[in-house]
Amino acid sequence: MDPAQALSELTEISSQIQAACLLDSDGNVLANTVADELSAKRFTDAATALVAEALGVPHAGDTQLVQLEAATQDGSVFVVIEGDRAAAAVTKPEPTVGLVFYDLKSCLRAAGTPGDGDGKPRPLARRKATPSESAA
Amino acid sequence: MRVLRKLFGFVVLVGVAFAGIVVYRRRFLTQRERVDLYYEDGTLVSLEDGSDGAGRLLPIAHDAIGAARS
Repeated sequence: MDPAQALSELTEISSQIQAACLLDSDGNVLANTVADELSAKRFTDAATALVAEALGVPHAGDTQLVQLEAATQDGSVFVVIEGDRAAAAVTKPEPTVGLVFYDLKSCLRAAGTPGDGDGKPRPLARRKATPSESAA
Repeated sequence: MRVLRKLFGFVVLVGVAFAGIVVYRRRFLTQRERVDLYYEDGTLVSLEDGSDGAGRLLPIAHDAIGAARS
């Protein structure tokens, strides 16, 4: 599914998510729901900076940061990191945390998967043998 | 006169109770700002407002929220 389509479905499904964006590991924006160009850039820059700062937080062990929630009085910022992609979203205050993380993960998987967009990979359709192949 | 005094006392009581609820909610039930970091091994690091890490992350989160809503 196209990243923009995946984000569009995400905001349609989740009433808690007010804005969202998809980023790759280099900080390139794959899709964004913020319409205004300047605000969209500010939003994605802030999301990228948030991930960079969070990765710098000392943590015992050698495990990877996979998701974060920054909860403020004005709302929350969620980030889910999977492979070389990340999805960030802004919600209203006191959201249902587990649900937002689930929706973001589904969106990330759908954005990188051909098929119905449910995040589940589909087997490729079998190619019909041409008459010359079937004769051989 | 006596009824009026009783009514006044009741209104004052209700007012004080309401003010108490408002103060209690603001003081104890308001969500504190924080950042929760979830790692691959299942561990969670919670940075409360006022800590070193939250001091760097929360302003960026505020900026993201402001930009997303503008």
